[in-house]
Amino acid sequence: MSSSKDRATPAALTLRNVTKHFNGAAGHVTAVEDISLDVREGEFLVLVGPSGCGKSTLLNLLAGLEHTDEGKIQLGEEPVRSPGRDRLVMFQQDALFPWLNALENVMFGLRLKPDLTEEERLEAARYYLTLVGLGDKEKARPHELSGGMRQRVALARSLAPNPRVLLMDEPFSALDALTRDQLYGDIQKIFMNRKKTIILVTHNIREAVCLGDRVVLLSPHPGRIQQIFDIKLPRPRRMNDPALATLAAEVTAALSSHLDSSKIS
Amino acid sequence: MKLHRSVIPTLLALLFVGGWEWFVRFGHVNEVLVPPPSHILSWFWESLRNGEILSATLVTMRRLLIGFAIGAALGIPLGALCARVRWVRDTLGVLALGLQTLPSVCWVPLALLWFGQQESAVLFVVVMGTVWAVVIAVQESVLSVHPLYLRAAMTMGSKGTHLWTHVIFPAALPGILSGMKQGWAFAWRSLMAAEIFVVILTGFGLGSLLHAGRELLRMDQVMGVMVVVVAVGLLADLIFFAPIERWLRRSRGLER
Repeated sequence: MSSSKDRATPAALTLRNVTKHFNGAAGHVTAVEDISLDVREGEFLVLVGPSGCGKSTLLNLLAGLEHTDEGKIQLGEEPVRSPGRDRLVMFQQDALFPWLNALENVMFGLRLKPDLTEEERLEAARYYLTLVGLGDKEKARPHELSGGMRQRVALARSLAPNPRVLLMDEPFSALDALTRDQLYGDIQKIFMNRKKTIILVTHNIREAVCLGDRVVLLSPHPGRIQQIFDIKLPRPRRMNDPALATLAAEVTAALSSHLDSSKIS
Repeated sequence: MKLHRSVIPTLLALLFVGGWEWFVRFGHVNEVLVPPPSHILSWFWESLRNGEILSATLVTMRRLLIGFAIGAALGIPLGALCARVRWVRDTLGVLALGLQTLPSVCWVPLALLWFGQQESAVLFVVVMGTVWAVVIAVQESVLSVHPLYLRAAMTMGSKGTHLWTHVIFPAALPGILSGMKQGWAFAWRSLMAAEIFVVILTGFGLGSLLHAGRELLRMDQVMGVMVVVVAVGLLADLIFFAPIERWLRRSRGLER
């Protein structure tokens, strides 16, 4: 083993002075500006902020679906230039392929890993479908599943190829509160068991505090890091935990104080 | 008691045909110009017995299938190319859009001059009638594939040929299919035009049969052939396109 890998928490993802502009109908917009951040291996990092803070842009940059204008992003030692299966994305909508059933959807990413045999792939796909509680639904088409079930299949599909980093773009925002609570539990269980590096984007501060090891608060126009919170609550955490509510209130206060001061200036 | 769905249409059809027969029989119109259904039926029966209608249908179907197959085989990759490459879309795509509106009969003079009174002339007209509709349909349906599918697939490591065969084409399939259906209808029209306008020495098709009916002043034959043409179109939809569409809709939850 090389000495760099012996360090306690090596950075899985490194962002250095990342800036991204867009030229849209509304003119020139700086979506994110000068973002520097280290995401540790096995860390659950949450990017939270109001709309327009560039959190989804940042996630797309990490996924390689967009390119930085300035600064650089590295996965380990490798610069991030294009999408790759070491960084899988779970989207706001489930993005399941309607022409494939649940099992085939999970198999999609696995089939793109040439080093596996077809049996190993099937085994992995079934394992992850069972892990998200849908072992009996493998033949179901996406339209035959509820929104929560679809998002679970999407979770299984993102986990099955065993990516180094799992990127989640507001995957719970389209779900009802009950289903969401269930999925918070599922995600935490999977996170604790598999020690995966997860980056979640959300506008829900309570959700951020519930799931994150660290919560990065972004401020809008342009998107900048405003403050980083370490969340030291024991896992598994529950949404209705009073300690969690206190921390969430702190983050909310930090956000609104920033929004107020920017309004005055 | 609930009537079967087919009862009302059948009754109406019988009423229509009966009314027509009655109207002509009682001398309201000239029987030569408007033959009664019974004459059409007897022509049909006779031409069925002497094999005329069957051989003409076979000749026409053969041309239709070959022309349609060539048109689709050219149109699908060209449409995909239009969707994929900007400058191809700006050139070939625009040309296809223009030529799609050109009635395929317009190709007949050129086809005759280039190929002579041969099968290839008919095929050329059919292909010209089919290919542009297919190009446009494929281009449009590929361009309207939801970007989320592409992003999801790309993050899972799909790209190039794999992306096309495993994501873009399956996602665009409903649109491609309706393009094929339109192409089929266009091919059918072009073929009739070609067969009516061009005396082909290599085979006597339905269009030629219809044209012969006109020259002999046999309107029962003309109308009989028209009925066959409509029936073939309906049957093609019923046994080929409709089942595929139904399967697509059902498997993707688009069934209404």
